[in-house]
Amino acid sequence: MATLSRPSDHYDSRPARPGADVTQPRLGTSGWLRWFWRQLTSMRTALFLLLLLAIAAVPGSLVPQRSSDPNGVTQYFANNPDLAPALDTIQAFDVYSSAWFSAIYLLLFVSLIGCVIPRTKHHLQALRATPPKTPARLARLAGFTTRDAPAGTDPAAAIDSARGLLKESGYRVARFDTEREASVSAERGYLRETGNLVFHSALVGILITVGFGSGFGFSGQRVLVEGQTFVNSLLAYDSFNPGRFFDDAGLDPYKLKLDDFTVDYETENLKAFGQPLDFTADVTVTPRGEDPEPAAVKVNAPLRTGGTDVYLLGNGYAPTITVKDPAGKVVFTDSIPFLPQDANLTSLGVVKVPDGLKKQVGMIGFFYPTQAEAQSGAYFSSFPDLEYPLLTLNVYAGDLGLDEGVPTSVYSLDTDKMDALATRTTTVKPLELKPGETQQLPGGLGSVTFEEANPGAKKGDFSGSVLRFASFDIHHDPTQGWVLLFAVLVLLGLLTSLFVPRRRVWVKAVRQDDGSVRLEYAGLARGDDPALEAAVAALADRHSARLTSPASAPLAPAPEQT
Amino acid sequence: MNLNELSILSLYSAMGVYALAFIAFSIDLARRSSAVGAVQADELSSPEARGAAEAASGGTTTLTRISTRIANDAATPYGRSASLRVGVSLTVLAWALHLAADVLRGLAAGRVPWANMYEFAMTGTLLIVTVFLIVLTRADLRFLGTFVTGLVLILLGIAALRFYVEVAPLPPALQSVWLVIHVFVASLGTGFFALGFALSAVQLLQFRRESLVAEARATRLRFVATLPSSATLENLAYRVNIIGFILWTFTLMAGSIWAEKAWGRYWGWDTKEVWTFIIWTIYAGYIHARATRGWRGSRSAWLAIIGFSAVLFNFGIVNVFFKGLHAYSGL
Repeated sequence: MATLSRPSDHYDSRPARPGADVTQPRLGTSGWLRWFWRQLTSMRTALFLLLLLAIAAVPGSLVPQRSSDPNGVTQYFANNPDLAPALDTIQAFDVYSSAWFSAIYLLLFVSLIGCVIPRTKHHLQALRATPPKTPARLARLAGFTTRDAPAGTDPAAAIDSARGLLKESGYRVARFDTEREASVSAERGYLRETGNLVFHSALVGILITVGFGSGFGFSGQRVLVEGQTFVNSLLAYDSFNPGRFFDDAGLDPYKLKLDDFTVDYETENLKAFGQPLDFTADVTVTPRGEDPEPAAVKVNAPLRTGGTDVYLLGNGYAPTITVKDPAGKVVFTDSIPFLPQDANLTSLGVVKVPDGLKKQVGMIGFFYPTQAEAQSGAYFSSFPDLEYPLLTLNVYAGDLGLDEGVPTSVYSLDTDKMDALATRTTTVKPLELKPGETQQLPGGLGSVTFEEANPGAKKGDFSGSVLRFASFDIHHDPTQGWVLLFAVLVLLGLLTSLFVPRRRVWVKAVRQDDGSVRLEYAGLARGDDPALEAAVAALADRHSARLTSPASAPLAPAPEQT
Repeated sequence: MNLNELSILSLYSAMGVYALAFIAFSIDLARRSSAVGAVQADELSSPEARGAAEAASGGTTTLTRISTRIANDAATPYGRSASLRVGVSLTVLAWALHLAADVLRGLAAGRVPWANMYEFAMTGTLLIVTVFLIVLTRADLRFLGTFVTGLVLILLGIAALRFYVEVAPLPPALQSVWLVIHVFVASLGTGFFALGFALSAVQLLQFRRESLVAEARATRLRFVATLPSSATLENLAYRVNIIGFILWTFTLMAGSIWAEKAWGRYWGWDTKEVWTFIIWTIYAGYIHARATRGWRGSRSAWLAIIGFSAVLFNFGIVNVFFKGLHAYSGL
């Protein structure tokens, strides 16, 4: 059997000649390199690297990863102050971009390429080659079957007929005739090796696309309150992660306005009461130089516009809060996104008023869309929609820490250098406001108003009283289409390489001493081929049928021979 | 009684019938052992007698092979067994009840019945039995009945006791056509991997028996002698596992397409993605091992066993205890 230019330890390739290692010459540098290359491209090494890759991927699921769960990493450091730094030195929080994980898959792919290139060359030659000579003794091969040809059959004519049959079935055929016998050698299933090569090449394609292509993309996040507009430019993002080769001049400055954010909640099934059923962000998109057009972003339906994909990732309430000084002058007014803390959207937000009052004022607010009270007196939200909204504000005065030039989060308040004026532990309790209500700040600092977003509503109808916000992920990933293309090739290659049988079949017509003609059929599997024996038997049946039916049986040998 | 309660009733009935099928299959295994003992006692296995028996039963012409496709090359031929037929009949009955339970759950929820752990378990085990019954029409693998009904019974028991949740509507993140495709194909792949696992495990038992016989040493687990040879089992396991592997590849791809739509990236090393990748890599290793000299046979069989263990781990442990985006267990 001809080898398929496979690694020497492929079970289908010829075993090393016995005694080959006895007279081995000393290896020079190039000899060692060649030895190393042979080792790297051997099946055993590929298998070892593949299994090592599986094992190396495990720790990334046990320890939080910076790429997918950055908060989890922070939490892990807080919980395991001794272990975490040690794990960090072996890149346990960045497993999939770590040196050791990369080393394994890069070696695996080098091994793969080293295997695929010679196989491709060999396969291109095999595609042009004729099937090999018919073996002398077919009886030792798979599915060996004999039939007696009808009386008066000419061996060459019988083989011509078999040859036609095989060609019709997609075999490549070659005739080998001798004095006493005629035979046809046939091979099919070259697509199996083609599929195998496509599968492996497409995997390389995915790796290269992801490795280099993703450097040209970016991802950014932006929170929009109902009514707000975002212009796609670097400064408009709350956070922005460009790829290595990304040029921000490539941003298409389209406009995106969040008109309305609607949520449907389950209210009939008591077992799932309050579970969200649908999130819809109704937006208006204005591509540069074009007219505005309405669109929608939903959880499983991103908006594709201006070369970017806009995903809806989160939502919550953004109470509008106005602070006035004692003279009634507005010193602060804004809709502040409050971060949801539970499924019923108990939300936490921070108000910072740096200027305009006697002191800097900071407020930590809790918002309950449907406020309820536990037996302990603590408030909680019993339903995520606006049935009975309440805002409580803990008030602090002092230094907000904004003047030191150190970036601070808009979602947290450092109260170390501030005096608590109204909290659960002070004499003045936290301020409680319903939409439209105003309360005086302690110490005569001024007043705070929880604005009603829908002033025209009937009394007791709070459904539109507080604005909602939506957080969007905005991505540009030029690799997506290519990765999909390669993935489809992977699947197609896999299907053909596993299910197209590669097989050789021989038909031989031997003139017996008594003048009759005996027909022999046999096959050879190249790779897994469960249906080979059945295929040989079916061929024998069809061939016999063709020879016995006078219409199709050729009486004389056809002149042309391949 | 509403549809969901009917579904639960049907499921418990299915579990009862699976238990009976399990008993019938177990009795069959015991009979196989005694049949082998009887053959050995009668010393019917003298070389000439064995040769003649094989010539008579093994199918001398190729034509008879076509219909069976998979030759029964057991060392000790094993005749018709009433308990085996009872086991298969009970499995079909249990499967019908199981199917009814699954369909009723879907009707009760008004969507596909695979959106939380309880439903994954119910649909996944249904597919394991479905794959088993379909494969039975092509190859006589009834000897795996004990394994299949036993595994399904354990999984359904855990699901009914620990994973049960009331019918709830789909959260927005799961409202996608990819829920239907991705989860279904993953469950179907699991069905094939389960069968491949069982075949590989029996292959190892058979190989051990064959090695002991070759060394003329005493064997245990005598029923193994009535099962196909380790080479036949290996080929069967391979065929089942490659179908599983293709389905798993598709699961990965469909999951990536869905992840892109729902989460804004097609791959993010989420814990469930990591384990899906690990399983894919193990089975890729299994397929390569089958093509590597020195790794065919028992070593590759161990990889198939590790692969299915990882599938079970991915389902039972990663879903419940690992933190990640696939937080849809409903628990």
